Amino acid sequence: MHHTALLFVEFGAIVLGLGLLGALALRAGISPIPLYLIAGLAFGTGGILPLATSEEFVAVGAEIGVVLLLLTLGLEYTADELVTSLRTNARAGIVDLVLNAAPGAILAMLLGWGPVAAVAMAGVTYATSSGITAKVLSDLGWIGNRETPVVLSLLVFEDLTMAIYLPLLTALLAGLSLASGALTVTIALATVSVVLVVALRYSRFIEAFVRSPNSEVLLLKVVGLALVVAGGAQYLQVSAAVGAFLVGIAVSGELAHEARALLSPLRDLFAAIFFVFFGLQTDPANIGPVAGLAALLAVVSMVTKLFTGFYAARRAAIGRAGQARAGIALIPRGEFNIVIAGLAVAAGAHPDLGPLATAYVLILAAFGPLAARVLQPLITKIATRA
Amino acid sequence: MSGRAGSGLLGPVTGQRVGNRIGTAQAARPGWERMGQMVEIEQTALPGIGLRHEFTTRSGRRIGIVSHRTGRRDLVIYDRNDPDRAGESVTLNDEEADALAELLGAPRVVQRLNDLHREVEGLVSEKLPIGENSPYAGRPMGDARVRTRTGASIVAVVRGAHVVTSPAPDFVLAAGDLVVVVGSAEAVNAVADILAQG
Repeated sequence: MHHTALLFVEFGAIVLGLGLLGALALRAGISPIPLYLIAGLAFGTGGILPLATSEEFVAVGAEIGVVLLLLTLGLEYTADELVTSLRTNARAGIVDLVLNAAPGAILAMLLGWGPVAAVAMAGVTYATSSGITAKVLSDLGWIGNRETPVVLSLLVFEDLTMAIYLPLLTALLAGLSLASGALTVTIALATVSVVLVVALRYSRFIEAFVRSPNSEVLLLKVVGLALVVAGGAQYLQVSAAVGAFLVGIAVSGELAHEARALLSPLRDLFAAIFFVFFGLQTDPANIGPVAGLAALLAVVSMVTKLFTGFYAARRAAIGRAGQARAGIALIPRGEFNIVIAGLAVAAGAHPDLGPLATAYVLILAAFGPLAARVLQPLITKIATRA
Repeated sequence: MSGRAGSGLLGPVTGQRVGNRIGTAQAARPGWERMGQMVEIEQTALPGIGLRHEFTTRSGRRIGIVSHRTGRRDLVIYDRNDPDRAGESVTLNDEEADALAELLGAPRVVQRLNDLHREVEGLVSEKLPIGENSPYAGRPMGDARVRTRTGASIVAVVRGAHVVTSPAPDFVLAAGDLVVVVGSAEAVNAVADILAQG
């Protein structure tokens, strides 16, 4: 009884604290993700308010948070969009991958963390936060802009890349041999292809299974399906996150729209817990020594994203100002990068990887939207003068 | 069912609208012809959001409509100096978007049809109902391949109180819709058969 009381108080205090931080972020016009991470730092080992009883609960909540994040991400896109974007934006997508995976990978190699950590860090610097970027686009009224489809299709491309990257990383982190690692990746690739085909051709069967006029039934079916598939994927070492993502893709159309609306409050709660949990695992004392490196990495990968935006938008015949906006919109890093770092930390990567990734995402999740806000009038002014 | 096949030529709609016709510069050519060389509308997918349609006016301004999956629509007017930037973006809900479409579209379509009747002999327009049993109820209009098969054109779809003008091939027909078809008498009859029996 006493345990439950303490758990409620602790967990409640965390969620309440996150709510207050969220209100602060809203007022400052920034993403709440950096604040959630800071909250996690405060509650974790070496923080000012270490948790006593609720850490285990928070850990499970965080895992569910990842599944829900990826599930709702998958629901955003239809299989059609994924395939089209793959076909039409492959070149820009590959430039994005090469330019932005490089800074993290190179840094890890220079630090002598080894190839596996390099692959993890490549993912940390590669993925733009589709959540934060989508918010920036809508907050600044950029959705109607002509460069926006370029940005969105790059995000789609990145997410699809993740479906291959995450199983690969999971296999590497598990220290699988080359053969079983290759097998895992093959399974992942095959699964992704099958899901895309199913979603393209036979989505009505999935929808017929999930559909319900009752929103409660729909919610339970979708969440249940996502968790079961995520668990199965995890068991096959394909990564739970990818499983959930694929479920999201397979459900499309009107139903996806409905499911997303139902899921978003749940996702907001558990995703916030996920960010806190990641912060929990990081001792704030370890951030100091890597802060300089994180800042350097942030600056370099900001430049590479800007360049990616310029390149991709120019290919789509967008003017100079639009190219700059495309680059800026791509800067924010957030949930995915933490998911990747989280996998590496859980698998016992180099002890500095967690703090570095935390500091890195702290900087770019906070600075990305800010940069967009601050630079917008400047770009417009320059465009007007030209 | 709210309309009979072969009932009058746009009767009620014309009656309603003819009074508030919008005065536009009339070209010497019939409206139909003008539509052929009308603005080129560019369609772009916005993954995760919806669709964007845009075109550039003769005076060089760019206008776009962002159709969100949620049903929300943004009317976007691009910046004069930075033509990629949405200088002004007005969010419209379903009713407002319909109202705007009707203000802009309905009088034009009626006007076009009136022009047609005046200027082109032998051209017929009819409102054809989509019945409950029509093979195209619930299917995109393009599936019927009306223009290819008959030479007639679908210029508008009347749904309840709303008129959808120049519906795109991906416009999904529903039972109860009235499809406004223009063409030779023969072609229009062929369309009626297609819509009724496939």
